[in-house]
Amino acid sequence: MRNFWCLFFTVWPIVAVGTFVIAPAMGWWFPTDAYSTLGQQIDDLFYLILTIVGVVFIGTHIALGYTLWKGSQDPNRRSWFTHGSHTLEVIWTIVPAGILLFIALYQMDVWRMYRVQSAFPEDLLEVAEVTARQFEWRIRYPAPGRPLQLKPQKGDVYAVNDLHVPVNRPVLIQLRTMDVQHSFFVPSLRVKQDALPGQVIPVWFEVTKPGIYDLTCAELCGWGHYKMRGRVVAEAEEDFRAYLQRLAAEQAYDGVTPIETALSHAEKRQNEE
Amino acid sequence: MAAQAGAHAAGQHGHGEHAHELSFVRKYIFSTDHKVIGIQFLITTLLMLMVGGALALGVRWQIAYSWQTMPIVGKWLFGEQGGQISPEFYTMLFTMHATVMIFLVIIPILAGAFGNFLIPLMIGADDMAFPTLNMLSYWFMWPAIICFGLSFLFDGGPAAGWTSYPVLSAIAEAAPGSGMAQTMWLLGLTFVGVSSMMGSVNYMTTIINMRAPGMTLFRMPLTIWGMFITAILQAFALPVLTAAGFMLLFDRLPFSIHSCFFIPNDLIINNAEPTVGGGQPLLWQHLFWFYSHPAVYIMLLPAMGMVSDMLAAMVRKPIFGYRPMVYSMAAIAGLGFIVWGHHMFTSGMNPALGMTFMTSTIMIALPSAVKVFNWIGTIWGGKVRFNTVTLNCIAFVTMFIVGGLSGIFMAAVPVDIYIHDTYFIVAHFHYVLFGATLFGVFGAIHYWFPKMFGRMMNETLGKWHFLLSFIGFNGAFFPMHLLGIAGFPRRYAEPWIHPYLEHLLPMNRFITISAIVMGFAQFLLLANFAYSMFRGPKVGRNPWKANTLEWFAPSPPGHGNFDVQPVVFRGPYEYSSPLVKDRDYLMQTEYLPRREERPTEQPQPQPA
Repeated sequence: MRNFWCLFFTVWPIVAVGTFVIAPAMGWWFPTDAYSTLGQQIDDLFYLILTIVGVVFIGTHIALGYTLWKGSQDPNRRSWFTHGSHTLEVIWTIVPAGILLFIALYQMDVWRMYRVQSAFPEDLLEVAEVTARQFEWRIRYPAPGRPLQLKPQKGDVYAVNDLHVPVNRPVLIQLRTMDVQHSFFVPSLRVKQDALPGQVIPVWFEVTKPGIYDLTCAELCGWGHYKMRGRVVAEAEEDFRAYLQRLAAEQAYDGVTPIETALSHAEKRQNEE
Repeated sequence: MAAQAGAHAAGQHGHGEHAHELSFVRKYIFSTDHKVIGIQFLITTLLMLMVGGALALGVRWQIAYSWQTMPIVGKWLFGEQGGQISPEFYTMLFTMHATVMIFLVIIPILAGAFGNFLIPLMIGADDMAFPTLNMLSYWFMWPAIICFGLSFLFDGGPAAGWTSYPVLSAIAEAAPGSGMAQTMWLLGLTFVGVSSMMGSVNYMTTIINMRAPGMTLFRMPLTIWGMFITAILQAFALPVLTAAGFMLLFDRLPFSIHSCFFIPNDLIINNAEPTVGGGQPLLWQHLFWFYSHPAVYIMLLPAMGMVSDMLAAMVRKPIFGYRPMVYSMAAIAGLGFIVWGHHMFTSGMNPALGMTFMTSTIMIALPSAVKVFNWIGTIWGGKVRFNTVTLNCIAFVTMFIVGGLSGIFMAAVPVDIYIHDTYFIVAHFHYVLFGATLFGVFGAIHYWFPKMFGRMMNETLGKWHFLLSFIGFNGAFFPMHLLGIAGFPRRYAEPWIHPYLEHLLPMNRFITISAIVMGFAQFLLLANFAYSMFRGPKVGRNPWKANTLEWFAPSPPGHGNFDVQPVVFRGPYEYSSPLVKDRDYLMQTEYLPRREERPTEQPQPQPA
């Protein structure tokens, strides 16, 4: 029986490590590669920690398995009489301390770029204001060719659950909420930021690959939390501009005037203001 | 005073006669005896464990078999809706699962049950410093249980998560359960707080003032150190939560003072009138986590202490690095007060705080690592017998390693951006709270059961319970790490409407089946507990041949605990001491003649 238990406590970490080894091949891994510049760095940091943690996990479990096996072999043995070892304590305090401090310091830079406004890229395009509400994402773009203002403007263009951004350039969204907390989470871009009632939070990212990415809510916001599904469409800059133009025209369409005329009227009105 | 009175009673009348004076109600229901209160706590929390587990199975069922009729209870609860639950019922399920497990199981089973039962016994006192306060600390659990229970009846139960973040929890229109149910929940929380606070004051006073002669601080068993540090944590952290709870109540109640601590201006919630306020919802998160992060250590340190004691007794070897173990517990507690912000990395707080809290959080892994190394060091060179207690203790160590290591991912802010609020965190805290703490508690139940009832628990049942729990637990929670890496968000009633998650359905079914196995395995524990209470083989004072003072008392100890006042001569871990050749333990109370009066003997060589 004692060998069974030794085996038991040896097999489980092997199964655990094995699960992680086959996970990427089984699709139990990141939904896609990271398609944003910071996302790629986040993944690199993740793999760094995974390596360190993996080594520690395997090491401690080898030690544990060995001591268990060794200690259970002779039922008549008398245990060592020792209260510990000062040298060992010092070693296993200082070495992990160094590793942990390294992990902490090594992470700082990505966090700074992600959240500290003075470290944001300089050529940020303020693309839209995203307002979360139970249970949808409301998007307000500035009128084509105009900068985004804090307060809604007359020519602003609105959309729901469908955020378009140009690819290969850093874009910024102003994140806010109409009611409770929500969280703007785009798994493929590795972006997550809570929307906080009463505050506007700038979130930037640079998509590196055109595509359609899922947008979900990651902060409990009520019974319909799970269905706050939107998407982020990353497309070439000219496609993005064309999309905005089309959206603006649709919005200005009064049902009578041809869309193109309505659009030019809308632009004219804006210019007069 | 109390100690003298106890010694007097024990010395002159014997405990049987003393107990005889008490009526049944005073002896078993409104008892002031710390052992009875401890057992009351234990039985209550074990029943609550089953309630919390049932809620968890409800959560798991909905994720793996969304909207399908729940087995057994589905037809009864949701007959009118064709057996289909509602999303708000699902949010209630996970809210109440966490509430019950944290506030009614883990905290009271450690501090309430084992703290109460063990503290006076292990330090050689006849009872707690304030026995009546102790009794009240148990009976204040019941208003909490009643409030939490009533909250189910209003609008389907509170549904803002156990963290109850305002604005969701502050405004009745925000969620179906944010009306009266949330109010009852907050009242329940306050009562639990009162109960814990009474316990904590009592434990601190008892440990400081009522130790037996010779029981210096550094001769205390690590269990007592764990309980002591926990009591300090409770005393300093809990008032903040209680205050925050009242602030939220003031914000909520329609007939109260209409404060707005947490409600900002101009929110339009569910098409209601815009809010009027100037509050800040982040304030709640800070206050809440200022308590609830230390609470994680409140839910862990006593178990760490108990496992240290059990492990040393089981491998017949002194604990490796006793003082480093104490210091690391103190370090965890100290650092535990300055890491709460890691729950809020994505919350929108000042980004500079993200860096500060990351550093302190990552550094808290250090004392945890030291403890793990010392546990392995304790087993190293010991005599290992795989009984139920040992198995659960080893499970504690290995599960704690997983839980500790997975914490590093989330402590690192950039990585946390991605895995925050995904199943990775669900895996992490279940590894710490269930994998570590609860396996430690399972071990502790088997280990101290003979002292509680004078009978052993059944080994075969114990091992089956361990095996099924361990396999079920890992089957349920290990894959959740991978779900988290796949970006699977928590608290989704139906994740399958998101195409990027669809392929994870089989894994979730596997998790649910494992959870069901684990859940039903707990009936083995209850059965074993109930059976052994009356039918287990009787034991003497010291069935484990352990060193600490509780094994010096009769099993079960009578009122006043000790028939002879214990006097302490040494530390608690002198197993396999070369001072005694004929046995491998040396009790704290045992007097040995001085060295020059003993036949000379060579100390055994120490391992490298």
